[in-house]
Amino acid sequence: MDLSLIVIQALNGVQLGLLLFLVASGLTLVFGILDFVNLAHAALYMVGAFVCASFTFFLGNFIWAVLAALPVVAFVGYLVERFVARPLYTRDHLDHVLATFGLILVIDTLVHMIWGPAGIAVPLPDWLRGQITLPGGIVVPSFRLLIIGAGLAAAGGLFWLVNHTRLGMLIRAGASNRTMVSALGIDIQMLFSLVFALGATLAGLAGMLIAPITEASMGMGNSIIITAFVVIIVGGIGSMKGAFIAALLIGLIDTLGRSFLDDLFKIVMSPAAAETSAPAVSAMLIYIIMALVLALRPQGLFPPKVR
Amino acid sequence: MRAGLTVLVMVALAVVPPLLYWYANPFYLDLASRLVILGIAAVSLNLILGYGGLVSFGHAAFLGLGAYAVGIPAHHWLYGGMDAIATTNGWVQIALAVGVSGLFAFLTGLVCLRTRGVYFIMITMAFAQMIYYLIVSIEEYGGDDGLVIDTRSELPFINLDDPLQLYFLGYVSLLVAMLLVRMIVHSRFGMVLQGAKGNEERMISLGYNIYAYRLVAYVISGAMAGYAGALLGNFTTFISPEMMDWSRSGELMFMVILGGFATNVGPVLGAVAFIVLEEVLSSWTIYWHLPFGLMLIGVVLFARGGLVGLFTGRGGKK
Amino acid sequence: MKKIVSAALAASLMSVPAWAESVKIGFVTTLTTGAAVIGNDMKNAVDLAVEHLGGEVAGLDIEVIYGDDGFAPETGKQVTDKLVKQDDVDFVAGYIWSHVLLASRKSVLDAGKFLISTNAGPSQMAGKLCDQNFFSTSWQNDQTPMAMGEVLNRQGVKSLYIMAPNYAAGKDMVAGVERTFKGEILGKDLTKWGADAQLDFSAELAKAKASGADGIFVFYPGAAGGAFIKQYQQAGLKDILPLYSVFTVDAISLPKLQEANFEAVLGSRTTQEWDPTLDNEANKKFVGDFKSKYGTYPSYYAAQSYDAIMMIADAVEAVDGDLSNKDGIRAAMKEADYGSVRGDYTYGNNNIPIQNFYLREVVKDGDGTWTTKVVETVFENHQDSFAAECSLN
Repeated sequence: MDLSLIVIQALNGVQLGLLLFLVASGLTLVFGILDFVNLAHAALYMVGAFVCASFTFFLGNFIWAVLAALPVVAFVGYLVERFVARPLYTRDHLDHVLATFGLILVIDTLVHMIWGPAGIAVPLPDWLRGQITLPGGIVVPSFRLLIIGAGLAAAGGLFWLVNHTRLGMLIRAGASNRTMVSALGIDIQMLFSLVFALGATLAGLAGMLIAPITEASMGMGNSIIITAFVVIIVGGIGSMKGAFIAALLIGLIDTLGRSFLDDLFKIVMSPAAAETSAPAVSAMLIYIIMALVLALRPQGLFPPKVR
Repeated sequence: MRAGLTVLVMVALAVVPPLLYWYANPFYLDLASRLVILGIAAVSLNLILGYGGLVSFGHAAFLGLGAYAVGIPAHHWLYGGMDAIATTNGWVQIALAVGVSGLFAFLTGLVCLRTRGVYFIMITMAFAQMIYYLIVSIEEYGGDDGLVIDTRSELPFINLDDPLQLYFLGYVSLLVAMLLVRMIVHSRFGMVLQGAKGNEERMISLGYNIYAYRLVAYVISGAMAGYAGALLGNFTTFISPEMMDWSRSGELMFMVILGGFATNVGPVLGAVAFIVLEEVLSSWTIYWHLPFGLMLIGVVLFARGGLVGLFTGRGGKK
Repeated sequence: MKKIVSAALAASLMSVPAWAESVKIGFVTTLTTGAAVIGNDMKNAVDLAVEHLGGEVAGLDIEVIYGDDGFAPETGKQVTDKLVKQDDVDFVAGYIWSHVLLASRKSVLDAGKFLISTNAGPSQMAGKLCDQNFFSTSWQNDQTPMAMGEVLNRQGVKSLYIMAPNYAAGKDMVAGVERTFKGEILGKDLTKWGADAQLDFSAELAKAKASGADGIFVFYPGAAGGAFIKQYQQAGLKDILPLYSVFTVDAISLPKLQEANFEAVLGSRTTQEWDPTLDNEANKKFVGDFKSKYGTYPSYYAAQSYDAIMMIADAVEAVDGDLSNKDGIRAAMKEADYGSVRGDYTYGNNNIPIQNFYLREVVKDGDGTWTTKVVETVFENHQDSFAAECSLN
């Protein structure tokens, strides 16, 4: 197990963590401010991937396609807010879970009907197809570095938005005291729609970034939504900082678990036993972490201030 | 009115499936068997979700554990190994199913019930996912591929290989489960449970240990679902980790809500509607998830009392 | 999901037996989830076969009822039950996935129906669980990777890294290549599979590269194959870690890869019992008509499904449409003389084909379309390793 492999795997972990953050930040925003549980959040991640894939072929360039697809996803997010989420704000979480569970089925099937079941491979421009050699002779695919860069930029932009703009101030105020914001004469409905669309855009961006690596495929959202929920639960629902730290933590733990757990297990058990148990434990790892965190801190690592 | 509906539904379930089996098509009895078994699971979920206000998003795990409690002993009975549990004796298997799922409910309940709201929803789901991946990893029992149950449970006087007898075992079990939940709900224990749902602080200040009450309810509910799982394993003769997937838990929740939660017959009606809908829509188009999902959204948005509310003109107790 | 393929052509050319006016074939495959792309290819081939037969055989209409397994064994078993009990089909064919076939086999065989796998070939069903009414028009899972192991030996590959999904067929594939490959295996990753399969292989590819192996052997059927190839190219492994795959690069993934121009796949090698370039009349007709009807090359999934329908038709013809003559149908199928698109083959005692395996290379055809061509024959008349465990003779 040499050092450069560990560095590469750590980079892979950071990349996964940032993608998770893009999905989880929208979830935690929507939950923190709107008190709305959106299981269908990752369906927007999938929609982002498919819209971007179509635009890539239409416009002939991946980067332009991403820029063109972002507003489309934001609009889809707005539609979801307007027609499904808004009537449910006054209901309990159970209703949110069920309605958005239904929404997953609807969006999945619509994607199947529009784009077919095959999934779409997204081509990259030549300058993103190669590899980059980092100091120390570490070779990584350049597109993965782009994901890391884009993820960090989006995270930075989000923190700036939340902490240093008027909209961010309202968002923060809304998260801690909803009635106060509306008492200030702010159009709370408008604010909610904006937040929802913003969350959708972030999730869609994550989908667009992963599509060239895997592909735009049906059900791609279902595999990430549960992990994204684990992230916001571990981080503390409603906390942006918590989501960021937990996303990186989960991304690293998951990737490093997949890469090194079998070697670790081989130290204490037979190679055959290690070979069978390592994939199992690495798949369970993030849930074990979540259970541990909740057992010790039922509100997550960074619980938001009390409403 | 509601009692009348209950009697009507249960009489229909006693009469219609056997008639369909004899005079129409044997496949319909399969649907009915699945329906009564999932009905038991829905009734058990209703105890904590409807009456206790605990939104468990991992109920399918209990169902799966119960099924594996039938499959694993039968597997060892046929292929050797693990002599301690290698058996086809139905009593032992059912005891295992109820015991293991009850124990799992107890252990996870200790952690889950310390959390509230959406944290509870998510942590119950996380524990179910853990069991899912655990089973996936055990190659001996088929892992991802699932496990074929070659011999059904052996019980005195009942031959589960006869589809009609299996159906009536499920039916009677469903009746018992409904009566049990009814008794619990009307007992002092049930009153405390429901009281805690409405106003937790008040019950605590009255001196009740809410945590303990909820834990007991959670264990009862889990054990009942485990029993349903044992029946399900006998019915399908094939079990796979997929039956504990979170979407399966979501389906159980849908049954409860669709039928009308915190009502006795609601979960059963919900199971009936769910199975019939699934069957009709899926034989109509491969895109059947679209109307299905729209209905789910529609029920949540517009039909809050569920089917029971629709039939009796009253919503479920909320 | 029920689609009746052929309309009534029963304006009687022959005397129709009174007890049955159609031969009913239940066809179970994946029509939802991303894997539906495979199911659709199979469905297209079945429809084409029925069309080639003129919609009837021995005076009986051919009625195909499709069932969707949703990529899950439990669902697959449910639709199989429905086909057997409600639709009372005479044959159940299809099955892409080994675990779905394993879950469903009892429902078909216990009802005394014929079961024909057009893809899945789990080792158990070739060995201990073999049955006189179970036939395969594909292979036993281990055979194709065994051929690949042989190719690796011939090409002087000394060390290998292995990646496959963690399910029945994945494990069979790994066992297969390990059985014939004589070099050293430097590492092995079994990744998460199913409805939410792992598709980002960054960690595994980094390990594979660090292992310093001479080559990488993978098995990623369906959409996962495309995802793997892309990441393999992005990681720049083409020259460092040559790719040897089975059931990964096929007519399903190639069009997508070509569209997105992932040319790392050109020249990569894979083993198979069939190829669109195989030179026989049946294959030329099949590939030609498939291409003109659906616009793409057929995959081996399609070829095997086409064969299954032809084999059923041939057997029904042999008994003059008397579907109650199970022994006659069985004997006719066992002959395997229906004119398979892969050329002639025979059945072993376990009803798994004894057939040739070819090494194929990914090339551009005359029109520039990416496809495969046969390079050499790796095995001639190869029988699977589990036939001895089967009690049939």
